[in-house]
Amino acid sequence: MSNSETHPQVSYLEYQGKYKGILGWITSTDHKRIALLYLYCIIIFFFVAAFLGLTMSIEKMRPGQDFMNAQTYNGFFTVHGIIMIFMIVIPGLAAVFGNFALPLLIGARDVAFPRLNLFSWYLYVTGAILAVLSQLLKGGAPDTGWTFYVPYSAGSSTNVIWALTAAFVLGFSSILTGLNFIVTIHRMRAPGMTWFKMPLFPWALYATAWIQVLATPIVGITLLMVIAERVLHIGFFDPALGGDPVLFQHLFWIYSHPAVYIMILPAMGVITEIFPTFSQKPVFGYGAIAISSLAIAFVGYFVWGHHMFTSGISYWSKWFFSFLTFIVAVPSAIKVFNWISTMYGGSIQMRPPLLYAISFVFLFMIGGFTGLFLGALATNVQLHDTTFVVAHFHYIIFGGMGFAFFAGLHYWYPKMFGRMYSDRWAYIAWGFTFVGFNLLYFPQFIIGIQGMPRRYFDYLPQFQWGHFLSGIGAFILVTGLILMAWNLIYHKKRGAIAPANPWKGVTLEWQIASPPPVENFDEIPVIKHNPYWFGTEEEIRREKKS
Amino acid sequence: MSTEKHHISTYMSHGAVLVILLSLTALSVGMAELHLGAISVAVALLVASVKGTTVLTYFMHLKYESLFTKIMVAAVFLMYALVIIFLFFDYLFR
Repeated sequence: MSNSETHPQVSYLEYQGKYKGILGWITSTDHKRIALLYLYCIIIFFFVAAFLGLTMSIEKMRPGQDFMNAQTYNGFFTVHGIIMIFMIVIPGLAAVFGNFALPLLIGARDVAFPRLNLFSWYLYVTGAILAVLSQLLKGGAPDTGWTFYVPYSAGSSTNVIWALTAAFVLGFSSILTGLNFIVTIHRMRAPGMTWFKMPLFPWALYATAWIQVLATPIVGITLLMVIAERVLHIGFFDPALGGDPVLFQHLFWIYSHPAVYIMILPAMGVITEIFPTFSQKPVFGYGAIAISSLAIAFVGYFVWGHHMFTSGISYWSKWFFSFLTFIVAVPSAIKVFNWISTMYGGSIQMRPPLLYAISFVFLFMIGGFTGLFLGALATNVQLHDTTFVVAHFHYIIFGGMGFAFFAGLHYWYPKMFGRMYSDRWAYIAWGFTFVGFNLLYFPQFIIGIQGMPRRYFDYLPQFQWGHFLSGIGAFILVTGLILMAWNLIYHKKRGAIAPANPWKGVTLEWQIASPPPVENFDEIPVIKHNPYWFGTEEEIRREKKS
Repeated sequence: MSTEKHHISTYMSHGAVLVILLSLTALSVGMAELHLGAISVAVALLVASVKGTTVLTYFMHLKYESLFTKIMVAAVFLMYALVIIFLFFDYLFR
C-alpha cells in the first residue's frame, strides 16, 4: 500500500473498481479522481494556449509581418482567449482543488452528487472538443476575440457558432459544479462544523458557486441569442434588424465580470489555506475573510458596466458603475490585509507553496491597483482597449489566479499523489516564472499608456522596445512553466514518499493519509475547534485522549 | 434524509398550477399584442416572475421549505431584479 500510514482503506489512486486502467478513471465518481481528470485536461490545454501566446509574442517582437499574417494573428488571440478563459481559468481552481479538497476540508466522503460531478466533467470535455473543432474546421478559427462582440460576431464568416456552442456547453459544466458545491457545503459538513467553523477555502468556493449558478445562465442565453441572430436573423443585437449591439455588451458582461470572481475567489481561498499553515498561526480575521468572499461575489455582480465606459452607455450609468467598481476593491483589500497579518508574528517556513502565495499577493496587488485606473472614468477613456488593459487583466488572471493555482498545486501535491517534489527545482521554476511573467506583462502597462492598442497585429516603431521585452519575458516564462511541469511530473512516481502531514497543517485533509483513502475518513470527524486551531502539543495530546 | 418530511401534492393542485401557468402565458402573448411601448418589457418580466414564483412554490416545493431557504430564494430574485434595474437604468438615461 502506498499511502503514508498503515490504513484499513486502499488509497484512491490504487483503488480497483469495476473497471481497470483509463476506464476506471473516466467512470469513477470519486471526487478526487474527477479533480485529477480536470487537472490533466487543464494542464494540456494550458500548454496549448501558452504556446499560442508565446507565438504571438514572438511575432510582435519586430514591427510588421514576420511569420504569421493578420488573420492568423486574429485567430490566435481568439483561440488563446477562449481556451484560457473558458477551459482553464473558469473551471481551474474550483474544478481541480474544489473537487479534490472540498469534501476533505469539510469532513465529507464525497460531494453531494457524485454522478452529476462526473457528468460535469464530461460536459467540460464535450465543450473543449467543440472549442478545438471550431479552430480546425473549414471556415477558419473564430476571429472575434473571446468576448464575441456583436455586430462582428453576428457576421464573421469564421466558425463563430462552434465556439459559441462550446462556451455554452462549458457554461453548463460550470453551473452543475457550482450547484454540487452549494448542496455539498449546505448538507455535508461534518458534525460540529458550523458555518463559522468551516475552513476558508470552502467559504470561497461557496461564494464562487453562487456566481456560477446565477450568472452563467445569462451568458448562456446571450450566446444562444447570437446564434439565433446568425441563423434565424432575429434582431436582438443588429440595429438593421431592430436590435441593440450595446445590449449584447451588457448581457455579456453581466456574466463575464462576475466570471472574473469565479476565477479569483477560489484562488483567494487557496491562498487563505496556505498562509496559516506556513506561518503556523491561526488565520487573522477569519470572519472578515469569510464575509468578504460573499461581499466580493455580491458587489461583483453590479460592476459590469465598467467594461463599457466607451461604448456609449448613459452618463449616470458610467458614474454608478465607476463608483461600485471602487467599492468592490474594499473586500479584496480586506483579504490582503488579513493575509499579511496572518504572517505577522508567525513561524514562517518559506516553502514553495508560500513563495507562490506571496507572489500571488504581490502580482494581484499590481493587477488590483491598475484596475482602479480603469475604473476611473477619465483615465478609462485614455486606456480603454490598449495593452494597459491586457497587462492589468493578465496580472489579475495569471498573476492572481495562475500563481494561486501553482501555489495550490504545490500545497496539495503531496496529498494528491503521496509523493514530494523537489523544493530546489520548485524554487528555480518559480524564479523563471516570476521574472518571465513580469518581463512579459509590465512593459505592456507602459506602451499601453503611450497609446499601443490591444489586439493589433502591427504597431508603430516607438512601441518596439515594449514588445521586444515582452517577447523575451515570454520565453523566460515558458521555461519556468516547463521546469515546473517537469518537477511535478517527474516526482509523481519518483519523489520521496509524502507523510500524511508534510506542512504541519491543521485542517482536516492533513489528518488523513497521503494519498487519501477512497472514502476519505474511516469515521467522520466531529469538529470542536475553529479550523485554524494550532494547539500546543499538550493541548493536542489532551484532545486526542478525550 | 430520513428525518425530513415528504410532501405529496394532489393532482388538483398540480392541475390548478398548470391552468395558472397557461393563463399567464396567454396573458404574456396578449400584452405583447397591446404594444405598451416602454413598459412592455417590464410587464413581460412581471408576468414571467409570477410564473417562476408559482413553479418554485408548488412544483419545486418551496412552500414546504424552511424560512432560511425561502429567504435565499428571495435574495436571488432580488439580485436578478437589481441586475435588470441597473441594465434599464442605462436605457432610461441614455
